[in-house]
Amino acid sequence: MTIKLGVPSKGRLMEKTFDWFGARGVTLARTGSDREYAGAVDGVTGVELVLLSAGEIPRELAAGRIHLGVTGIDLIREKLAAWDQRVEVMAELGFGFADLILAVPNCWVDVDTLDDLDAAAAAFRARHGFRLRIATKYHRLVREFLKQAGVADYQIVDSQGATEGTVKNETAEAIADITSSGETLRANHLKILSDGLILKSQACLLRARGADVSADEGRDLADLLDKLGL
Amino acid sequence: MNPKVITTAAGIETLFQQAGAATVQAAILQPAETLLDLYGEDIRARAYVTSDPLRGEQMLRPDFTVPVVQMHMEQGAEPARYTYNGVVFRRQEDDATRANEYLQVGYEVFDRSNPAETDAEVFALIQNALVDAPVRATVGDIGILMAAVDGLNTSERRKSALRRHIWRPTRFRALLDRFAGRVETPAARQALIASDDPMAQAGPQIGLRSAAEVAERIDVLKSDASLPPISAVEVDLIEAILQVRETCPNALAQLRDIAVDVPSITGAVTRLGERFEALDARGVETSTLMFETSYGRTSMEYYDGFVFGFHATDHAGLSPIASGGRYDALTQRLGKGDAIPAVGGVIRPDLLIQLAGGAS
Repeated sequence: MTIKLGVPSKGRLMEKTFDWFGARGVTLARTGSDREYAGAVDGVTGVELVLLSAGEIPRELAAGRIHLGVTGIDLIREKLAAWDQRVEVMAELGFGFADLILAVPNCWVDVDTLDDLDAAAAAFRARHGFRLRIATKYHRLVREFLKQAGVADYQIVDSQGATEGTVKNETAEAIADITSSGETLRANHLKILSDGLILKSQACLLRARGADVSADEGRDLADLLDKLGL
Repeated sequence: MNPKVITTAAGIETLFQQAGAATVQAAILQPAETLLDLYGEDIRARAYVTSDPLRGEQMLRPDFTVPVVQMHMEQGAEPARYTYNGVVFRRQEDDATRANEYLQVGYEVFDRSNPAETDAEVFALIQNALVDAPVRATVGDIGILMAAVDGLNTSERRKSALRRHIWRPTRFRALLDRFAGRVETPAARQALIASDDPMAQAGPQIGLRSAAEVAERIDVLKSDASLPPISAVEVDLIEAILQVRETCPNALAQLRDIAVDVPSITGAVTRLGERFEALDARGVETSTLMFETSYGRTSMEYYDGFVFGFHATDHAGLSPIASGGRYDALTQRLGKGDAIPAVGGVIRPDLLIQLAGGAS
């Protein structure tokens, strides 16, 4: 059997991952046609490349179906309960930087902190008859964060894309999303709360704590990690 | 399910029936909206949510209290005593060793006559049901802190902000510190209050929260900034109230002393004394029973008076074996204008069996 390495199947995250491994003497490549999700590994033996959506890598790691995986730590922490018992961070890869933040409309000049958000939420609920809506796909991380801060009278509404547009479209009053430069936020007339940083994320190489490893696989895994300088 | 747990549950239910309770059932699927309205978004971390296209979001019942209150408010004659014996479902995010499905046997009393008596009735009944178990009880009373907040010498708006966060100690503390002038007002807020034209940098108006609502809040912040801080003496007294942690007679003596300086708690402390007397009369050993003013503040959100829990004496990490309290305000929230004093409690037979060494 082989060590299975899960890598994002497309885009910059895939290219940067290939670069990171390449710089350490492990060549990852997609094979076949552009549309076929198959890959090859050179420079080490016994390692198989598994191309997956970045969002599925946490689940595959948790289930032990892949031994190693590359994805954003934001996805790991959102999708895996007790994440640090199920995966081990082997390396932070220095790309895919993104901050999960809480943002509100610029025109809310009275709201700069979570304390303001909480007060605005109470007044909003009294006025509109429903709890202030926060659009996000990071339900667990946002809920945990707001619970820690003691913010009440809000509700999370699911948004899997174009989250910054939800306020203008009046399907949410505030948003929680990842941002790297903040340009999309500014373009949509949103501002980040001064204490609204929920998580700083980047791409990480992770090891599944629960994956079965035979003696042969153990040697191949050790060789791979050695080559990667880990 | 372990047959011993089922037998134990049935035994407790019989005990509750003998105390005068009628057995009731509740649907497993509860409308999510009611629970979300009561508990807020946090309930999603604790309850399983499912849905269909017709009824929308449903929750697997996380407890019986809400459906039993609704049933009573719709059709119940007064006074009423109910018992139930069924499974509840609790989503677990952090600790896989905690059960996500377990039996609860409960006893709920809806009675307008004498709250001290009914508080004591529920507590004594549950204590008797647990008689051989290695558990220790703690009691508390959320009503004392509420009364203390009511009596603060400050604006109604500040008091209601504090009341709103009674069950979130961190935010409660932060608000109290701010109202007392113990922390500096954030620079952004100072600038906002000082600004002649706060909307200058607002940009386009987007979203449902209107410019008028923003302006209204700025007015509130301005008028709040002109108020004197809550005095250090008053804050210290709130602290003193929250720190009371003693056997019942000693706690009562301490709270009576504090009430000399905080007259607003006098009524709540008198009722506490009456409750202890009622407990004594039912054979509860209050001289050794522990009282904590803060008990239940983080975990028992809809309880607004008497609260209690029975914890295993040598399993610190185990959930309470039994818990309960008074929830008058909940009946008001669910009663659509109607309200009735209510108190109740539940026992977890699975934990009782676990403590007795009979876990499967």
